Amino acid sequence: MRGLWQLTWLELKIFLREPMGAFGTLAVPVLAFLGASLVGQSLAPARFAGSQFARVGLPVLAATLMATSAVLSLMTIVSIYREAGILKRLRATPLRPQAILLAHVLVKLLLTGATLALLMLAGKRYYAVGQAVPFVSFAVALLFSTASILSLGFVLASLVPTARFAQPLGAAVLYPMIGVSGLFFPIDVLPPALQTVAHVLPITRAVSLLQGIWLGEPWLAHTSDVAVLAVTAVACTALSAKIFRWE
Amino acid sequence: MIRISGLRKSYGRAVAVADVSFEVFAGEIFGLVGPNGAGKTTTMECVEGVRAIDGGSVTVLDLDPARDVYALQPRIGVQLQQSQLQKRITVWEAMHLWAALYQRPVAEGERLLEQLGLGDKRDAWFVTLSGGQQQRLFIALALVNDPDVVFLDELTTGLDPQARRAIWDLVRGIRARGKTVFLTTHLMEEAERLCDRVAIMDRGRVIDVDTPARLVARHCPERAVVVATDAADAAALFRSVAGVVTVTENDGRYTITARNDDLTTAVIQCVSAHGLRVTEFRSITPTLEDVFLALTGHSIRD
Repeated sequence: MRGLWQLTWLELKIFLREPMGAFGTLAVPVLAFLGASLVGQSLAPARFAGSQFARVGLPVLAATLMATSAVLSLMTIVSIYREAGILKRLRATPLRPQAILLAHVLVKLLLTGATLALLMLAGKRYYAVGQAVPFVSFAVALLFSTASILSLGFVLASLVPTARFAQPLGAAVLYPMIGVSGLFFPIDVLPPALQTVAHVLPITRAVSLLQGIWLGEPWLAHTSDVAVLAVTAVACTALSAKIFRWE
Repeated sequence: MIRISGLRKSYGRAVAVADVSFEVFAGEIFGLVGPNGAGKTTTMECVEGVRAIDGGSVTVLDLDPARDVYALQPRIGVQLQQSQLQKRITVWEAMHLWAALYQRPVAEGERLLEQLGLGDKRDAWFVTLSGGQQQRLFIALALVNDPDVVFLDELTTGLDPQARRAIWDLVRGIRARGKTVFLTTHLMEEAERLCDRVAIMDRGRVIDVDTPARLVARHCPERAVVVATDAADAAALFRSVAGVVTVTENDGRYTITARNDDLTTAVIQCVSAHGLRVTEFRSITPTLEDVFLALTGHSIRD
């Protein structure tokens, strides 16, 4: 994969040069997390600290939003690059097509990892819910989930007609997925048909995996989540290899 | 260098290239000229290996671009029509990436930037470059691997005349290094001034291939001379010049036409033999633009 590392490094630098993009990716999730926890802690410190929301809901929500924003950002960048002919130009070099797209995946994973690290540091300092969290496992779970949902992002990016539609189309697909993912209410309150759908959606599985790992459950308790996410990644990668449009 | 025979390419039901055959020789600047939508870019992209062909055959440097694209890429340089780079990539970052991709020393890339007048722009973001600077960067990137053949697609579209002339000089410089240049343009003036040979293309077909001068001689043999004189019998004198087809007069200005290259000499001799007082003398030679009109029945600007 000649050029993959150079391109990844370059794309990372280029992304960070866009002030809003860098701020939105790195700072917004951390600030939102801290803001929500500060409100909770100042209103009812005791009840907040003991709540399910504080113990696992809020951190997993923040992580899920990080993954989703990475996917939306990927879709936007890919469609802008396509529209401007950048993908086509890169493809006319010895870069392999996979390397061009993989560079963007790596950038998103790096940024997700960095955001998570920031979140953890901020949490250690300001988040008064004392509990032992397996940070490394959680980071692995988040990056794995993000990678799986990013593959879905490539399929969506293939369907986006122009760059202007990337953000709205991505939001229209991903936000309802978050809605039924079990983050806000248990999945079993949904009608049975919708429950079946919710259970095979990658975001639902990501939420279940992240919640479990955050609470210290073993990976073995979440093999079906890992399996669904892996199948999503493989299927979406194979599909986008067929339908991805370079121009 | 490049041999194309019976090339066909369609997008869905739209036929972009119906039947294209021509050859590009080593060391020449070859131009594919025609209006927008004629199929020039599609033809070029099939040759570059960027696009799969539907029929016919294409050989570049004895390679099949569809099958051997990775063997071909190191030996060709490509500038694509209307492509851009990342907005916030700097000139030298692009050059370094390209040098790495083609496994070339970075110093060569730096030297190219200097040669193309981008030395003081090396830290500028792509988005801040002018159209001419962007095109010069793309030329530099196309040359970084010291290619045998350079492809330039609508290189000067959107540039002002001054920048266009500067780019023409650069292209002549590429030829002077012994490279072969294959370019497309919808500007007949560009083809005429820059290209050693041109293929005239319209609606997916190549109509004729030759040097600009020979195409003009073949398809537009008409020559015209405009003479302004107040001599009373001028019209009759001009009509008696050998080979003259028509003489028209408008306010003391005579337009004399013939179908051979000797017209100008003959008119000069006529003027001097009869001691005519001439206040204006101009010969009009048809251009590739006229050739296109004669060959297709429509103007290239339609």
